[in-house]
Amino acid sequence: MGDVLVYVDPAINGRLLAFARPLADAAGGSLVALVASGEPSGVDGLEAADVVLEVSHPALSPYLPEAHQAVLAAAITARAPDLVLVENTTHGYDLAAAAAAAAGLPFVGFCIGLSLEGGTAQSISEVYGGQLQATVRTSLPAVFAMNSAALHEEPGGPGRGERVQLPSPPALEHPRTTFVEPLLPPDAGVDLTTADLIVCVGRGIGGAENIEIAAELASALGAELAASRPVVDAGWLPKVRQIGKSGASVRPKLYLGLGVSGAPEHVEGMQGAELIVAVNTDPGAAIFNVAHYGAVADLFDVADELTELLG
Amino acid sequence: MNIAVAVRLMPKAGDELEVAVSGTDIDRELVEMVISEFDDQALEEAVLLKEATGATVTAVGLRAEGIEQALRVAYARGADRVVVVDAGDIDPFDSRTAALAFAEALRELAPDLVLVGVQTPCDLFGQTAPYLAVALGWPQANVIVGVSVADGTARVTQEYAGGRLAVLGLPLPSVVGVQSASAPPRYVSMSRLRQAMTEASTETLAVSVAAPAGASTLVSLSRPEPQTGATMLDGDGEQVAERIIAILRERGALVH
Repeated sequence: MGDVLVYVDPAINGRLLAFARPLADAAGGSLVALVASGEPSGVDGLEAADVVLEVSHPALSPYLPEAHQAVLAAAITARAPDLVLVENTTHGYDLAAAAAAAAGLPFVGFCIGLSLEGGTAQSISEVYGGQLQATVRTSLPAVFAMNSAALHEEPGGPGRGERVQLPSPPALEHPRTTFVEPLLPPDAGVDLTTADLIVCVGRGIGGAENIEIAAELASALGAELAASRPVVDAGWLPKVRQIGKSGASVRPKLYLGLGVSGAPEHVEGMQGAELIVAVNTDPGAAIFNVAHYGAVADLFDVADELTELLG
Repeated sequence: MNIAVAVRLMPKAGDELEVAVSGTDIDRELVEMVISEFDDQALEEAVLLKEATGATVTAVGLRAEGIEQALRVAYARGADRVVVVDAGDIDPFDSRTAALAFAEALRELAPDLVLVGVQTPCDLFGQTAPYLAVALGWPQANVIVGVSVADGTARVTQEYAGGRLAVLGLPLPSVVGVQSASAPPRYVSMSRLRQAMTEASTETLAVSVAAPAGASTLVSLSRPEPQTGATMLDGDGEQVAERIIAILRERGALVH
């Protein structure tokens, strides 16, 4: 059996490597970490890897999708791994499917589980915002994108830790894409990551005119008001109040979700809460899969009653 | 400048999904298919660019039940042309073959910029933006929250974990995967929609694609098993609220 190649997103730690360790052991191959960076680096969290493939070039930092895709494609060609794993960060969205297409390999996304049997992988993916799961069988070699919420920082045993410098692919000399500037998100004086109590509204809040109902409850609780992505995309609350993959990652004492469906991208940002209480009219809402307490009820009834009881 | 927006369909938000008897699809009798939410954002960004630059916007969708209606909505929202691509029957989960069909159509339409939603909720086998970029040989960036165009370059704002942002420059032609538009999608009145129904003239473009070899097989769809086994609180709003207060007191999560 062959190797397991993991693309390491430098912004995150080695949790994908920890996930991949038992797969490499099962496959009888090496766990290979690919690190693409601006200069020979001190990326931490690679202890689990048997081989660290390093590609260093100025075009790789700051991040350009085109440059990192060229490196991933070159590494796949050089190592011919059985499995390629990429985490579903922005880098994953840019690179994973593109690398698979460029290498002529199958690709499976939104994965939360993966096992190997002979030359075949069986994987489970979250589809339709986590409402359903898809079981997929794929002939190896193949590329898989793992949902971040499925990855846990459980350190495995250390790998061999060999370091191999790969030559940078020619595409890096003249990338078409240019880095213009970093942008700082607007600081609106809200920091959800330090909040002890959070009231989070989802699409079920229905419209901007109903936000006040949740704001009153948040105020009565002494909680910060937060939202899932559809609420922010609709302009009902500002971006600074968004929880999830593209917003804040929070670990409050209480997360009270009102009309939040529980899409994987949202769950990724709130599943570390100590206590999760969810109210949704849909008994099949995925949020109930991660909640400690749930109620199939009208959020407006519950919010009004809570505000009154707390008042 | 010509902008193409790829329009895919998804079940309307809030529709309950059931697995069909086949076990490998949803029961499509039970859901209404509408323009996917991120494609809606991509369409809005395209119309904002049209307003800023005078560009022409073409909304492109693959033939499927509900696509003509979705494209007419796109027309009502500001698209100038609507094109249905007939690539034969493509499995609804086969996002890779669908992307190849879009790529064939885009070769014909030759836009300067392609905008497409970052993902659909059934992109099981890959997102469209990177597939289009590879098929067309154009640069791309995904997870984009704002686009402007000047001097043959698209300046796109890419979002990373934790809300970090950076601006990248993509020479045209290029492909952009849009997560959110610079402004929320605009409201379209029923009268404008009705007007679009009669005005919009749908063009059809036939293309030929073959599913890539060695593809994965969808074995089954199922409902997820609850992970933590939430304790469900029964009763009306008042009873549920009382139980929640009691739980919060018990857990020391109430400041009052």
